[in-house]
Amino acid sequence: MTDTTSAAPLRRSWRDIDLRAVAPFVALALLLVLGSFVNPNFLGLDNLSNVLTRSAFIAIIAVGATFVISAGGLDLSVGSMVAFVASLTIMFLNSGMIGNPFLMLVAAMLLAMGIGALCGLANGLITTVGRIEPFIATLGTMGIYRGLTTWLSQGGAITMRQPELQQLYRPVYFGKVFGVPFPLVAVALSAIVGAFVLYRTAFGRHVVAVGSNEDVARYSGIPVNRVRNVTYVIQGLCVAVACLLYIPRLGSTSATTGLMWELQAITAVVVGGTALRGGVGRIWGTICGAFILEIVGNIMLLSNFVSEYLLGAIQGAIIIIAMLVQRSLVRRS
Amino acid sequence: MRKSIIGLTAVAMVALMGAAQAEDKKVTIGVSIPAADHGWTAGVVFHAERVAKLLMAEHPGLNVIVKTSPDAASQANAVQDLATQGLDALVILPSDPDPLVNAIKEVKDAGKFVTIVDRAPSTNDNSIRDLYVAGNNPALGQTAGEYIKAQTPDAQVVVIRGLPIPIDQQRQDGFDKGIAGSNIKVLDRQFGNWNRDDAFKVMQDFLTKHPKIDVVWTQDDDMAVGVLEAIDQAKRTDIQYVIAGAGSKDMVKKVMDGDKLIPVDVLYPPAMIGTAMALTAANFYDQIPVRGTYILDATLITKDNAKDFYFPDSPF
Repeated sequence: MTDTTSAAPLRRSWRDIDLRAVAPFVALALLLVLGSFVNPNFLGLDNLSNVLTRSAFIAIIAVGATFVISAGGLDLSVGSMVAFVASLTIMFLNSGMIGNPFLMLVAAMLLAMGIGALCGLANGLITTVGRIEPFIATLGTMGIYRGLTTWLSQGGAITMRQPELQQLYRPVYFGKVFGVPFPLVAVALSAIVGAFVLYRTAFGRHVVAVGSNEDVARYSGIPVNRVRNVTYVIQGLCVAVACLLYIPRLGSTSATTGLMWELQAITAVVVGGTALRGGVGRIWGTICGAFILEIVGNIMLLSNFVSEYLLGAIQGAIIIIAMLVQRSLVRRS
Repeated sequence: MRKSIIGLTAVAMVALMGAAQAEDKKVTIGVSIPAADHGWTAGVVFHAERVAKLLMAEHPGLNVIVKTSPDAASQANAVQDLATQGLDALVILPSDPDPLVNAIKEVKDAGKFVTIVDRAPSTNDNSIRDLYVAGNNPALGQTAGEYIKAQTPDAQVVVIRGLPIPIDQQRQDGFDKGIAGSNIKVLDRQFGNWNRDDAFKVMQDFLTKHPKIDVVWTQDDDMAVGVLEAIDQAKRTDIQYVIAGAGSKDMVKKVMDGDKLIPVDVLYPPAMIGTAMALTAANFYDQIPVRGTYILDATLITKDNAKDFYFPDSPF
């Protein structure tokens, strides 16, 4: 270790850049080029802002998933959790418990964060205290949260009823801050906080240590179960933030809200360079991964030469090619 | 002493009730439907329970048992459970018809009256059912197509499809038949998976891709929710109207209120389960012939008739 540092004295060049971390951004750039060939409107400000805003839900959920996966866990329940948290929040908004619409909204947001944290804590406790594999534990809670949502809505939709609340809440998805859509600001904030916690705090180092080798982490005195639990709570909070952006978009949830989002979030994390087996976490790569997923879908829809029946196949192929490009970049370094 | 008086009263009451029931034939109808997993099936559950109450109030001897099942396998079990309770008739909306054929056939072979609703097995004849009640998928597309042809014969239309399954294809073929011979141009067709969020995305991309869109056909009320939101966000004024379908309370309300973007809706009602139950009950009580195939029209819901199809208490 000391040998290599002394052999290469303070000479920074592009070779020092971790290609693994850069690779997702290269893939994103290639996709942007591809998109501009497919349709001239692709690089338009409206389209890009639409697409990036759309990806906000998955991006924010995936920030949480980066923590869970880096610590060697997995959470399959996030899609159902979105539906569950959003439904309860809308029902609270409809209850009219607080007269002042602004206070009502703030209370609802706090409630959503609380429910999200509790849902995440439940996932964490089942895996750590209950000692059940995270795949099975969260598969179970995925069914539970989805089932409860279907029951709450009686299979139909849960819709916001007070128009003045809707009017007040709408800008949270459709509004802009200095020309930047608000959901993108939320993504940036979540990523900055996430990156700070993961890279700059003792807890962040513990997360990566637990993910790379649980036993070693335990012998080093890291409270493994507590670290794992907190990652699931972070995941729950991220889901709640995504819900806060999701609710104002259509103002309603249904039994199919958030279906398959868990797989999209996991794909975003892996495309972004985080290892599925744990031990490595890349927040900015994850955000990039979420953008890539949404942009692939957008390019397909804007193209005129792809049959609507083949969309899924080509999306899958593009994701695999993006991963292969990343791998080859890493091997060369 | 007191005990025996109570005993006597009880005997008398049973005798009286027996006399009352004797006036009305005793019939048990089992209703097996999929569990509410999305808007339309939620409507089916709502209407099955609503009509069951109405029918039982009308015929004191009638007992209607409504059972919901989440998938085909548990529905097969539910049908067997219903059969052991001593049915006179089975009304079934199969979650997946072909795997359920044997369970249905068992009931039919035992000499019971069988009504299949909406989703037909590949051999749909009187060897498996007495009555078949269904909506009209090709007509759902055709009615929408003909409306567009009549209102805006030169329109540029974008289509949001459901999922790549036969029902969806039938609706598309019906639509093409409906607009045949006009100058209507279909700019694009993409799948929205009968899901609000996916339809929102697809519509956003359609709006980016096509500078001028006159009409949107989504064939489904749930998807229309996402489409309307996307149009509203883009502040595009070129879209004249959106045609959805099914008859959900939200869309029917918009038609009633004269919403410019939703002038009409095409009916594919979950209430058809009620049609099937009422016809089945009629077979026992009114002695009218009901065996055969009963296909509902894909009625065009307009401002004038919307109130007939509006159920504010339904989840759908």
